Amino acid sequence: MYEGPVQDLIDELGRLPGIGPKSAQRIAFHLLATEPADVERLASTLRRVKDEVRFCRICGNVAEDDECRICRDPRRDPAAICVVEEPKDVVAVERTREFRGRYHVLGGAISPIDGIGPDDLRVRELMTRLADGTVTELILATDPNLEGEATATYLARLVKPMDITVTRLASGLPVGGDLEYADEVTLGRAFSGRRTVD
Amino acid sequence: MPLYRDDAVVLRVHKLGEADRIITMLTRRHGRVRAVGKGVRRTTSRFGARLEPGSHIDVQLHSRHDPEQPPVGARGLDIVTQTESLGSYGAQLAGDYARWTIVSVICETAERLTEEGEPSLRLYLLVVGALRALVERQHDPQLILDAFLIRSMSAAGWEPALTECAKCDAPGPHAAFHVGAGGAVCESCRPPGSARPQRATVQLMRDLLDANWTSADTSEPGPRREASGLLAAHLQWHLERGLRALPLVDRAAAVTAGSPDLPAVAP
Ligand SMILES: [Zn+2]
Ligand SMILES: [Zn+2]
Repeated sequence: MYEGPVQDLIDELGRLPGIGPKSAQRIAFHLLATEPADVERLASTLRRVKDEVRFCRICGNVAEDDECRICRDPRRDPAAICVVEEPKDVVAVERTREFRGRYHVLGGAISPIDGIGPDDLRVRELMTRLADGTVTELILATDPNLEGEATATYLARLVKPMDITVTRLASGLPVGGDLEYADEVTLGRAFSGRRTVD
Repeated sequence: MPLYRDDAVVLRVHKLGEADRIITMLTRRHGRVRAVGKGVRRTTSRFGARLEPGSHIDVQLHSRHDPEQPPVGARGLDIVTQTESLGSYGAQLAGDYARWTIVSVICETAERLTEEGEPSLRLYLLVVGALRALVERQHDPQLILDAFLIRSMSAAGWEPALTECAKCDAPGPHAAFHVGAGGAVCESCRPPGSARPQRATVQLMRDLLDANWTSADTSEPGPRREASGLLAAHLQWHLERGLRALPLVDRAAAVTAGSPDLPAVAP
């Protein structure tokens, strides 16, 4: 245990994902030894991310405005929507340069055991986007694990009565993983080889 | 025991840190165990696919429990060092949303009815049996779930009274059923607000408890719905907080998917 603010900092850092007590302590002492200007920049970035970053009202991706950069871009194909779980998955798919359509970020995956059902995700917003007939292809790029698979299955069933081609990333992505850990080549290949869900 | 080996069903997975997962499993001999699957979320992981909910595995674990020290946080968790697949039930059911929601209820129930490190062979066998029955489409999925629920409650010592009065043991059958009282109740013990299920509903619960499938498989939609409701209420009454997965069971689809000739049940 350390004196007041140092221990507070260690405790705060220790709450972050992936940071155990030892790492929290190491980062805290690193910050103590850092130039005040650098720490100030980190602090103001943290404040800005909470104050200024919002979620796109169309797709749910992180945005600096009402709408994200991708939804505002007229060169992006409005006929294709790629459904992902998290904003970081948008980044992963963008890196492959295989996709020129738009996104829909669900905000997670269906996980009944955690009490997360379709109503807890941005499923209704997706259905609203599909209603006007502009979208002709829906690509389900949920994580290649069972929750992602169940979520994709649910969405495919929901969209089935509509005149929309539903595709799923090709196998080749190792099962059990997170989409964000797939390298660009593997994910790109899974993307271009996507298959229709019947 | 630095290294130990057991058969297990994976009940639940949690993300841990960058690429690890905490795996909650029900083992045959060591009860419920929580262990870390290192790096399983990376796409290069050897056993990510085997550590998914509903996987039946032969697992080797490295115990980090120092018998002298109480386990502290994540540092006290065992580590998965090897797995062999015995049945990828979850993976075979995730592509069928209705059945997947039932897998979730089975796993959550098993987690809630067991204690870490306390063996519960009967429940372990019930979980494996129910998952296999779902994969093999042996019966209507909702019946498989309800049979699992009533038998696991029986294993936990909360078997609902179906024939004799739950309060005074008067021989039945009795028309009234009260969850708080413990099941069927006679006319003199019957608390206010008791349900009056159809006789076929009580018979169905009996059949599910006794694995009398020939009779259960031919039951009508009405008694099935009523039995599901009573069993869910009975289970929730005994648990301190309700099951999260139970309200998310995709009942309408489950019934139609299981037996195409049965009318769909309104959700
Ligand atoms: Zn957007
Ligand atoms: Zn009585």
